[in-house]
Amino acid sequence: MKKTLTSIGAVCFAMAVPFGQAFADEDADLVVNGELEITVRAPAPAHLENLDEITSGWVYRSTETQAFQLDDFENPGMIFVDSGLESWTTVEGEAGESCASCHGDAEEMAGVSATYPKWNDDAEEVRTLTMQVNACRTEQMGAEEWKYDKPDMLNMTALLASVSRGMPVNVAIDGPAAATWEQGRDLYYTRTGILELSCANCHEDNYGNNIRADHLSQGQINGFPTYRLKNARLNGVHSRFRGCVRDTRAETYAVGSPEFIALELYVASRGNGLDVEGPSVRN
Amino acid sequence: MADNVTPRIRVPREASAGETITIKTLISHPMESGQRKDGDGNVIPRSIINRFTCDFNGQNVIDVTMEPAISTNPFLEFQAVVPEAGTFVFTWYDDDGDIYTEEKEIAVS
Amino acid sequence: MSFTRRDTLRLAMGTAVAAAVPFKVFADVDADVAAFTEGAEIGEGGITLVAPEIAENGNTVPIEVDAPGAVAILVLATGNPTPAVGTFNFGPLAGAQMASTRIRLAGTQDVLAIAKMADGTFVQARQEVKVTIGGCGG
Repeated sequence: MKKTLTSIGAVCFAMAVPFGQAFADEDADLVVNGELEITVRAPAPAHLENLDEITSGWVYRSTETQAFQLDDFENPGMIFVDSGLESWTTVEGEAGESCASCHGDAEEMAGVSATYPKWNDDAEEVRTLTMQVNACRTEQMGAEEWKYDKPDMLNMTALLASVSRGMPVNVAIDGPAAATWEQGRDLYYTRTGILELSCANCHEDNYGNNIRADHLSQGQINGFPTYRLKNARLNGVHSRFRGCVRDTRAETYAVGSPEFIALELYVASRGNGLDVEGPSVRN
Repeated sequence: MADNVTPRIRVPREASAGETITIKTLISHPMESGQRKDGDGNVIPRSIINRFTCDFNGQNVIDVTMEPAISTNPFLEFQAVVPEAGTFVFTWYDDDGDIYTEEKEIAVS
Repeated sequence: MSFTRRDTLRLAMGTAVAAAVPFKVFADVDADVAAFTEGAEIGEGGITLVAPEIAENGNTVPIEVDAPGAVAILVLATGNPTPAVGTFNFGPLAGAQMASTRIRLAGTQDVLAIAKMADGTFVQARQEVKVTIGGCGG
C-alpha cells in the first residue's frame, strides 16, 4: 500500500526513492524453516481508524535482511534464544526454583508472549512481559531482578517470543487495561522534540517512504526483541522507543517507565492480528 | 573472551554415500575488530575468532582464515561430501588461545 | 588568517578527494593480493561473488563466493582500513568450492574475491556494494 506524502516541519521524507524501493520486497511472504508461516500482513484491528492494513517491519527490509529470518540457522537472534533456554532450566534464588520447575518446557509458554503487555489483577497494574519475568524471579524464585532490556532479560523474552512464533498478537485493551492503553495512545500521537514528531508522523503517515536512507515501517513490535545488524545484538522495545524519541531530539522517557509501558501496550495493540515473529532481524 | 560462546550447527542426520550436503554454522562471538575505541578514547584490543575448520573422519572439508572484517556472531555456510558414515568435527580458534570444538554424527543410508 | 567562502570550499573538496583515495588501503590491497598470488596473472571468469548491490547496514553484509575447482578463495574489502576479510581453503571433502559468510564494510566499496585454481592459475570477481547510512540511530 502506497502512502501519499505528508509534509512535516523540518524533516524531509522522500517518496519512494528508486534505490530504497529497489531493494525491499514488500510483497514477500515470511515462512521460517520452510514450514512455519508467519502472518506479516493483516486487516487493521477495529480500534485503528487511520489504517486499513497492518504490516510487520519485516516487509520493509531488503531481500538480504529478510532472508536472515527464513532459517533459524541463519537468524543470529536464535543464538540468544539458546542462551535464554539455558536460563530457563537454571535454578536461581532462595526458593531453589527455575522457570522450568513451575512452567515445564519452554514450549508450554506458547502464546504467552502474544498477550503482553497485560493487566495483572493482584498487582493492579499493566505488566510487560519483562515485568512479569521479574515478578516471577523476585516473588516465586527469590532471585534478583534482571535489568530491563539487558542481555539476560532479552535472552529470556526472545525465548518466550520464539515459542509463540506464528501465533497472532492479541493484547487486551479494554477493562482495567483501558486507562493505560489510552495513555499510550495519547503518547503515540503527541509530537516531541525539536523536530516536533510523533510516532504517528513517521509510522502512520509515512510508512513505506524513506527518511534519509531508512525505509520507514509501521513501527510494529511483533518482532521484538529484535536482532539488529547495526549493533549485532538483541534490542528491546523500550530501547527502540527511547532511540526513536531521542531522534526527535527530545528528552526521552526511561526504559521501564510508566510512559513506555503504556506506549508498549498501545503499540502492541496496533499489531493485533500480526503473528509474533521474535527474535526478528532488522537493520 | 570465551564467555557464553555457543555454537549452532546444522548438519543433516543422514545422507546417501557420496552425497554433497550443506552445513551451516553460527557461533556467538563479539569479533572485536581492534579498530574501535572505548568511551575514554582508548583502542579496544582486537579479539576475534581467527580460524575455523571442519573435518570429517580425519579429512579436511574447509579451513577458513578469518580477519576482523568478519561480522559479530560469525556465520559460515559450505558444502561437504559424505563418503561414509562418520563424524564431523568443527573447530573455532579464538585470539585468546581458546578452542571451541563441536562434533556431529551423520548416518549413511 | 581568514578564509573566504571559496577557500573553505576548496579545502573541503581537497579533504573529500583525500578521503576518497585512501592510498594506504590500496597499497594494503595490492600487498594482500600479491601475498596470495605471488605476483601471478589474474584472469576473469570461473568465479562468482554474490553480494548485495545495496547493504542496509555495513556491519553485517552477506556474501557468497563460488569457484568450481578452486583450492582457495581470498576475499578482500578494498575500502576497509584493513582490507583482508578471510581465506577459504577447500579440503578433499569439500562438496563444492563455495562458502557464504557475513562481513563488515566500512562504507561503499568494491568487494574482491580471488580464487586459486588447482592448476595454480588465479581468477577474480569484483562487486561494488553501496552501504547506506540510515536515518534512525535507535
